[in-house]
Amino acid sequence: MVAVAGNPMCGDMITFYLKINEQNVIEKASFESFGCAANIATSSIVTEMIKGMKLEDAWKVSYKSVTEAVGGLPSVKFHCGILAVGALKRAIRKFYADGKATPDWLEKEPSFEEKQALEEEELAGALAKRTKLEEGK
Amino acid sequence: MVENVKELLRAHEGIKREVYLDNENSTPVPDGIVKAMLPYYSRRAYGNPTLTHKPGWEAFEVLMESAQKIASTVGCKTLEEITFTPGETEANNLALIGAALAAKDRGKKIVISEVEPINVLNVAEMLQKTGFTLTKIRVNPEGFLSLEQLKEAVDKETTVVSLSAVNHEIGTVQPIREAVKIVKDRNPNAVFHTDASDAYGRIPFNVQQAGVDLATLSSYKILGPRGAGALYIKERVNVEKILEGQIGTQRLWPGVEDTPLIVGFVKASELMFRNFEENTRHMRELRDKLMSGIMNETADVLLNGPRGDRRAPDNVNISFLRCEGEALTIELSLNGVYVSSGSACSRRLLQPSHVLVAIGRKFDQAHGSILMKVTRLHSEEDINYALEVIPKAVQRIRGITGSTGVE
Repeated sequence: MVAVAGNPMCGDMITFYLKINEQNVIEKASFESFGCAANIATSSIVTEMIKGMKLEDAWKVSYKSVTEAVGGLPSVKFHCGILAVGALKRAIRKFYADGKATPDWLEKEPSFEEKQALEEEELAGALAKRTKLEEGK
Repeated sequence: MVENVKELLRAHEGIKREVYLDNENSTPVPDGIVKAMLPYYSRRAYGNPTLTHKPGWEAFEVLMESAQKIASTVGCKTLEEITFTPGETEANNLALIGAALAAKDRGKKIVISEVEPINVLNVAEMLQKTGFTLTKIRVNPEGFLSLEQLKEAVDKETTVVSLSAVNHEIGTVQPIREAVKIVKDRNPNAVFHTDASDAYGRIPFNVQQAGVDLATLSSYKILGPRGAGALYIKERVNVEKILEGQIGTQRLWPGVEDTPLIVGFVKASELMFRNFEENTRHMRELRDKLMSGIMNETADVLLNGPRGDRRAPDNVNISFLRCEGEALTIELSLNGVYVSSGSACSRRLLQPSHVLVAIGRKFDQAHGSILMKVTRLHSEEDINYALEVIPKAVQRIRGITGSTGVE
């Protein structure tokens, strides 16, 4: 299962690769990051945390627990942890979107982290659009 | 947080060599300069230069002699044309706000460029919010000003034009004399300011030949101490003071002049100009070695700014594609090479360098940019070490990036 979150324009982009077995347990987790050190660190810690976890438990991982696990982050870098968890949740959602029965624990509404990731991507998109418009002048 | 920093510093133990290339943002002060400053803290000239006693008169003498020495390095007519400030930021604030206020009855138009340092850009935008009109001149992909647009932008209402002589990030040597001529042809009363911090000590810069009215000089950018700078103000050009306080020897900057820092600034300038030709040749050679060393060894890189004599002799600015800059600065630091990045991640506002955006770099290209400045004190061995470390660090960060963010 592959999921991407972020946008290089805001300075962060993460890809998660998850291998999920028949018991819905994450067997392998790895990441790629086109982002800063905080981005790399939070992505790395997420993969460490979720290895061997059931998807149901992985869904409960919050950006707060990730931020704690890396030993805290300065406020300007909070969004890195949020983005990492957003990418994870997207991956889990994508797994069930492939024609599988949606379990009860999977919230229908996007989680806080997914919303934030989306917002960040839209913001970066708008920024890029504005720059393009200015270039065209 | 302090604990985290201590841990980071411990991770640097056992580095083979240290090469400091972040001279855009701060510099180590050479021992000889520190030594020249020390007596002025407690032995002599520690008084307030406006006061009537021996330590005060000593300070006054030092201040005047220092102004004379700085004045002579840029071709001022008199030493009164030099005002010492605590640095480049303060000098640029004084120049823009002071000149705009002094001329506000004649007009309210200000002209700068898209690639000015933040301490010009933000000041101009602040003035814009208080009712001034602001025009930003575009630059081409190498960072050169559009003189055509400058011609159109300046009119009878224009009171202040501020264009730096050398770009602080990408080293573009601007045609300042031509720019001054264009501005003065359009409006002889417009005050022309140039932030010459990156020109000073690097390219021949003479205020009379350039024809500028105001020019900013910075101490740390020539290896002097931080906390000292100067604004050249041509005779009879009006600038209002922008800070209130006890006005002493200098009319435009209140507070007690910091004699030791000014002495350090002068010492740095003496050392830079004593062998100007040799110093700049040395810097240019190291710059080219660093630049071509990186570009030949590493794939997918872009040089930001021009080449050769049209580029400042100290400036190297390279974008590494698929390699985030802030992560790269940390990886390089752990190997003893200190640089800065134009990446959005390395800035508090999370926006990439406005200079790189202005020359047309896409966000992901600005994302992987590294800025380095060599000084007259770097050796060939320093550059060899940097060239050994940089390609490996880029490879490591690219390994983490994988195919993420590649279109």
